Amino acid sequence: MNGLFGHVNQNDDSAEHEDNQQNHDQNNQQDHQSDHGNEHEHHDSSAEHEITENQSNDDEGKKYSVGIDLGTTHCVLSYVELNDDEDELTQEVMTIPQLTSPGVVEDKKQLPSFLYLAHEAEIAEGSTTLPWSATPDHLVGDIARNLGSKTPIRLVSSAKSWLCHAGVDCKQPILPSEAPEDVDRVSPFEATKAYLQHMKAAWENQHPNAPLDDQDLIITVPASFDPAARELTSEAARSTGLGHALLLEEPQSALYSWIDNSLGDWRNHVNIGDVILVIDVGGGTTDLSLIAVTEQEGNLELTRIAVGDHILLGGDNMDLALAYTIKAKMEQESGNRLEAWQVQALTHACRDAKEKIFNNPEQDTVALVVPSRGSSLIGGTLRTELTREEVDRVLVEGFLPEVAASDRPVSRPRSGLRTKGLPYAQDAGITRHLAGFLAKQQSATEDLEHVDLPENATFLHPTAILLNGGVLKSNVLADRLLKVLNSWLVAEQAPEARLLEGADLDLAVAKGAAYYGVVRKGKGVRIKGGTAASYYVGVESAMPAIPGMPPEIEALCIAPFGMEEGTSETLPEDEFGLVIGEPVRFRFFASNTRREDTVGLRLDYWTDEELQELDEIEITLPEEGRKAGEVVPVHLSAAVTEVGTLELHAVSQQDDHRWKIEFDVRAGEE
Amino acid sequence: MNKYSIDLTLMPTTLDLWHVYLIAAVLALALILIIVLLSMVIGMARRAKQAPVEITKTVEVPSEPEIKIVEKVIEVEKIVQAPAPEPIVLKESTPDAALQLLGLLQKEARFIDFIKEDISAYNDADIGVAARVVHEGCNKAVNEYFTLDTVRTDSEGSKVTLAKGFDASEVRLTGNIVGQAPFTGTLIHKGWKVTNIRLPKLTEGHNASIVAAAEVEL
Repeated sequence: MNGLFGHVNQNDDSAEHEDNQQNHDQNNQQDHQSDHGNEHEHHDSSAEHEITENQSNDDEGKKYSVGIDLGTTHCVLSYVELNDDEDELTQEVMTIPQLTSPGVVEDKKQLPSFLYLAHEAEIAEGSTTLPWSATPDHLVGDIARNLGSKTPIRLVSSAKSWLCHAGVDCKQPILPSEAPEDVDRVSPFEATKAYLQHMKAAWENQHPNAPLDDQDLIITVPASFDPAARELTSEAARSTGLGHALLLEEPQSALYSWIDNSLGDWRNHVNIGDVILVIDVGGGTTDLSLIAVTEQEGNLELTRIAVGDHILLGGDNMDLALAYTIKAKMEQESGNRLEAWQVQALTHACRDAKEKIFNNPEQDTVALVVPSRGSSLIGGTLRTELTREEVDRVLVEGFLPEVAASDRPVSRPRSGLRTKGLPYAQDAGITRHLAGFLAKQQSATEDLEHVDLPENATFLHPTAILLNGGVLKSNVLADRLLKVLNSWLVAEQAPEARLLEGADLDLAVAKGAAYYGVVRKGKGVRIKGGTAASYYVGVESAMPAIPGMPPEIEALCIAPFGMEEGTSETLPEDEFGLVIGEPVRFRFFASNTRREDTVGLRLDYWTDEELQELDEIEITLPEEGRKAGEVVPVHLSAAVTEVGTLELHAVSQQDDHRWKIEFDVRAGEE
Repeated sequence: MNKYSIDLTLMPTTLDLWHVYLIAAVLALALILIIVLLSMVIGMARRAKQAPVEITKTVEVPSEPEIKIVEKVIEVEKIVQAPAPEPIVLKESTPDAALQLLGLLQKEARFIDFIKEDISAYNDADIGVAARVVHEGCNKAVNEYFTLDTVRTDSEGSKVTLAKGFDASEVRLTGNIVGQAPFTGTLIHKGWKVTNIRLPKLTEGHNASIVAAAEVEL
């Protein structure tokens, strides 16, 4: 209907009408209910039919840029109205109605990324009603986390981490991994879909005339997500009816949010030649990225030059570490073992208590209580204390130890039995992971003319730091992180890195994603980057076979580092004979350090540091008029889609026929 | 003279049996007449309330039941002519919101558990431990579902002046209340007011009277 309005405005030059339209827009963002009343007042003079149509069309013709932070532990949705002028960009975080316990619906800004597979006897009929559905398919959000805290065998958590877990098929029902036989499990893919579905329904409930898929939609993923995990995220969005969603790396999104928050002042806070280190410590993962500030024809340019490995280490690990420390202390004091539910309650209590200690420098102890489960509260409640010394020892020294720049994360060989769970980081020292990352990316700025690294540098020197993630809201942890990093810089006579202030650590990723939609309209600086790695397939080398040894493998580069969205590369020289009707698998590798490799380059030697093996990729040529068993010569072609996913194709040399190569073949052959 | 001659001048000097019968019969007939008339009047009064006054006039026999009738008719007149003053309606709180708040306080702060427990059996240290649970939980619940503000921003104990027309529901006067506004006095309590409520919504079939479900672990 607003489309029609715009039309009316064009014909009618009266200033009053213009005002009305603006009022209408502003009101719309704040309150849809009260809007109806205003419309009546403003447009009494308009034709009758316009008024009646207006009542039900608040958003039509409006266009929003919507950012979804699909986090490991929380999801957030933020939006900006695109019709606004850039100066008046008003950004909102949508409240997401969700069940918090059976029969109770609350509006919250975050949707916990949990899914609960309720037993039919567990939930009374009609007590899972949401504003848009009487019987939702899945219980997600706060209710899932609450019910799951008492019944963990039915709780699906960290689905996002499974998406990037090599060796499992993410479309197979495998979660919860510890569930007994008669629980109907879901796949990580399906859980991701459920969270998106919930947010889509919430959006469309609040914006009935602005379907989410018609908006500019951006979904964030960790920078360290491999091509398969990106493809799965994008596919989950497609099958939820959000086919137009684009992907954006979370650290980039955090930087966009910082730029947006600075209201144009950011140019005064960064200089040409700066290397911004984005450290994002979320609930479940730690994500590292480097973004360089350069100059192009007098304009500041931002280029994402490196991303870190996928590190499964975050705030939840910290709370758990604290809880187990206290558990050990209580058991030693009382001589009784704590039960699982008590540890659970202790973890909750520790989460709040550590924040109190962090936020009040003069408070050195906080009482921790574990209430009894029965109705007798006074008799059965356990009490202990959390001291500043414990917090410092376990969190600050445990997760952010003062290490040297030459330290590296410790990795022990994994025991053969660890196939069921997630590959959590073995070294909890975030600073050691950071040291490893910066040393590995030492040459990341070599091609940039504005960034100079001293000769003697043993690691890449960041000049500015942007923090993100709820964990780093605590000043104690943020200060320690800065202190450690600056001690490395000072040791190499480099200036200390400065902290970019003014970031909103909890909501920045979603907000930045929504702002990215505005940037894409040409209203701001866009971070360049392209793919964060170069990609290779394994091909057998032409060496004569040696009995008893597997054939030597060479890595053939099929996609170079930094491929931009919407570009493609083909292999002109190399040819593969594919057999019709038979699945063919390739070993697949990625490198986030080899920036120089071009398409077609063959590596016959590499270190584990340089190339990480990803899951195999698979292609099956359908028969389609050809004989089964026929061999078709093909090229491989790599493209980065506009969405931000990598696509591999086999292209026939005879007739240019293309077949898609699937990433998602994590059948986990054991 | 035959045996039964009529002489109207005669007056009986003695009350014989016949005369007694005669008087009894007259009285009985009169009584019957009154009863019949009464029943007619009552019937008419009930059927036709629009003409009650007229009916009363037709009944002239003074007797006890008649007085009752008149009273009744007047009652009817009152109802018709002078409607009763408007009843004072006191607001009745809906139980759902109260139950919901109890449920929230129980969930977050174990409020009912704490209140229903006999604390005389425990020492202060044990009660203190449990009070932490209740205090922390109540604090969390109140902050989450209500936005609280003080009524007066002045610090307690300071002198405040209330201008004429101040809101008596916001500020309560105590002590030596004489004279006219403006009033000057000492702020004893700064007051609290709720500026925003964000209570969770409930589904249609939700039974709010279960403030804490029983828990059975399998």
